[in-house]
Amino acid sequence: MSLLEINGLSKSFGGVHAVQNLEYTVESGKVHSIIGPNGAGKTTLFNMVTGVYAPTSGKTHLNGRDITGLPAYKLAALGISRSFQNLQVFFNMTVLENVMVGAHLHCRRGFLESLLHTPSISRSNDGARRRATELLEWVGLEAYITAHTDSLPYGALKRMEIARALASDPKLLLLDEPAAGLNNIETQEIDKLIQQISDNGVTVILVEHDMRLVMGVSDHILVLEHGQKLAEGTAGEIRKNPDVIAAYLGGTAETN
Amino acid sequence: MKRSTVASRYGGVFVLAAIIAILPLFLANSFYFDVAINSGIAAIVCVGLNLLIGYAGQISLGHAGFFALGAYSSAILTDNYGWPPVASLIMGLLAVATLAFLIARPILRLRGHYLAMATLGMGIIISIVLNQEVNLTGGPDGMPVSAFSALGWEANSDLTWYWIVGGSLITTVWLALNLIDSAVGRALRAVHGSEVAAQVAGIDTTRYKILIFVVSGIMAAYAGSLFAHYTGFLTPSEAGFFRSIEFVTMVVLGGMASVFGSVIGAVILTALPQFLTVFHDYEHVMFGLIMMLTMIFMPKGLLPSLRNWINKRPL
Repeated sequence: MSLLEINGLSKSFGGVHAVQNLEYTVESGKVHSIIGPNGAGKTTLFNMVTGVYAPTSGKTHLNGRDITGLPAYKLAALGISRSFQNLQVFFNMTVLENVMVGAHLHCRRGFLESLLHTPSISRSNDGARRRATELLEWVGLEAYITAHTDSLPYGALKRMEIARALASDPKLLLLDEPAAGLNNIETQEIDKLIQQISDNGVTVILVEHDMRLVMGVSDHILVLEHGQKLAEGTAGEIRKNPDVIAAYLGGTAETN
Repeated sequence: MKRSTVASRYGGVFVLAAIIAILPLFLANSFYFDVAINSGIAAIVCVGLNLLIGYAGQISLGHAGFFALGAYSSAILTDNYGWPPVASLIMGLLAVATLAFLIARPILRLRGHYLAMATLGMGIIISIVLNQEVNLTGGPDGMPVSAFSALGWEANSDLTWYWIVGGSLITTVWLALNLIDSAVGRALRAVHGSEVAAQVAGIDTTRYKILIFVVSGIMAAYAGSLFAHYTGFLTPSEAGFFRSIEFVTMVVLGGMASVFGSVIGAVILTALPQFLTVFHDYEHVMFGLIMMLTMIFMPKGLLPSLRNWINKRPL
């Protein structure tokens, strides 16, 4: 069953066509990866799907519902969450609070009850705290739960962002280069984490340059070049695709 | 864990309440009461302003405008139109809330320096209106305000005003701490930390920015209304640029995102000019200097720096 459908999606910045007329279907419950050289439009595509950019043209549908151009906070309510390539950490908050923000939509947020701190707010806080603690333990950050964000190493912040994204209980999770800047061991941990997330029924879209990670974890891969679809298929198909090899190795003897 | 968060939220309120309760014993004469009452009024503004600046990360250099609008609403409705002071107060808060709401949407799209300039402009416009509407406000000469009264009871002694302002401050601090320790409060801090990440978490950042702008405006207007009845005389300088800068300096000195820091900043910067003549003669210079020194040596402000220092000290 398709969870997300992308039809003829384009985004231009002035004369630069970052993404052009893209067609893609994301199957529910699978791990999808988007790969391609730098500037291929991967992050732009992410930003359109998550509502950070509005597309220039084209449509996106989530479970058959038109979600084109909806702002990020509305998409979050529909079950789309993400992490960021360049960290977007709330550095003015603790690790636990960062993840609690991720559970915002599951908390009581009436203004007057918050101002008076009614018992329902206390319960809601406790619930969010419990959920955030669980998630932090789950991503392996139990040692940092009460720490302040500025004392965390880079790899831990990346995992904290994943925990924060999961705190909203998304149906679709987009991870933008979760392994960038990580060493081999940390990358393996991310690999395991992505599989666990997928096992829990969350559909994952991954943008990643680490080919070992991509080839190992993905059910389906989309290759972008110059904002257009170059190829799509399983890891095995992509590995053998001559266009993909050409794009990655810088062209073959014959040019087309 | 739950117990400790309750203790940390209300422990400070109890300490503040205890200090406010005991302080009158040490206030020798009406001069000291005057300093205490004015400190409390400034503290109410600063607690609200800190929610906007320190927590939500949105600067305002025009909050004296809201303060003055609250003050003048009370003055004009009570003295020119004969409204009961309580009704004038509520009307003033509603008026400021409406104005803040209408201004907020266009103004809070701006960031950083642009937002600072826009709020500065807002304060200046309010100040000009108060100066020009001579029929209503008495213009630059100012206007007298009658005493605060309700149900035949009149606030006329220093001690009465002390309790009114003290009670209001405790309530304001309590409400602010409640708000911070909720999903709404976390959303506000998230807006400060990363707007895009906040949106991805489902937070309508525009809505929360408007909300806190309005709330901080209401708190300033409430303090302004108390100030009008307490001093009994208003001039448009209450809306002036320097007054706005004073409030911001108090927040910065006390500590960004520290409710009690704001109270301390307000008390220090209200009291100093009263006790140090040097300070009084060079008030503008001193405020600028304090702002600069705080930024250089204690960018987090007095209370957070103190807390850090205590935590790091070897035992």
